[in-house]
Amino acid sequence: MKFGIVVSEGPYTHQASDTAYHFVKAALAAGHEVPRVFFYHDGVNVGTRLSIPPQDERNIQKNWTALGQEHGIDLVICIAAAQRRGLLDENEASRQGKDANNIAEGFRISGLGQLIEMGIQTDRLMTFGD
Amino acid sequence: MSEIKKFLYVNRKAPYGTIYALESLEVVLIGAAFDQDVSLAFLDDGVFQLLKKQDTAGIGVKNFSPTFRALGDYDVTKFYVEQESLTERGLTADDLMDITYEDEDDDYEEKPSIRVVNRDEMAAIMGDQDVVLSF
Repeated sequence: MKFGIVVSEGPYTHQASDTAYHFVKAALAAGHEVPRVFFYHDGVNVGTRLSIPPQDERNIQKNWTALGQEHGIDLVICIAAAQRRGLLDENEASRQGKDANNIAEGFRISGLGQLIEMGIQTDRLMTFGD
Repeated sequence: MSEIKKFLYVNRKAPYGTIYALESLEVVLIGAAFDQDVSLAFLDDGVFQLLKKQDTAGIGVKNFSPTFRALGDYDVTKFYVEQESLTERGLTADDLMDITYEDEDDDYEEKPSIRVVNRDEMAAIMGDQDVVLSF
């Protein structure tokens, strides 16, 4: 089965991004496909490369980056939600006249249309949120 | 796009206090461009999103409630509101905005978008969907 995944709560504050991560790993291990994960609301904060969790804690961003690269998962951060919360890639930083960007490897910033498209193209859409 | 799916946007949170309602509406607006079969559901504190005469001046955030009234122009015409959620909050359908759409299959007659349903009917509506996005 083809799953689309939505992560709609922020990392560390909320379990959602962890549970989504474990679900995706389990789904892939069971032979399912996960072509895309869409990060929305505070979930966009998963995609900053500037977070520094304590060394004895999991690193949520790095976990996602590794999983995405290993399985070719499209990790999409919603641009509207990201702009509110200060998540930028190089293009956006330059377009908006900002002096830095912070998006992590393996993530990309795109529009809400990617969420709708994921709903259309997958068999099941699962939301991990509150 | 050939395949048309049934999308339901479930709104469970009050309009202000958290960003869920506003960012849900942003998804609905973008999603309207995809020509899918769209419905909205309002339950729990989500019913407050449709209240008349919202005034946010005192809290310094945008009042986005007028946008709901524009959704008919985007073919978003099914607003299911749960009766029990209204009753539990001391509200009736009269407390909700007048949201209408022009029915192009019926000589563009103006019709109400809001349909109050009970909890069992809401469950059936949810069960009938292909994609449910909950906010």
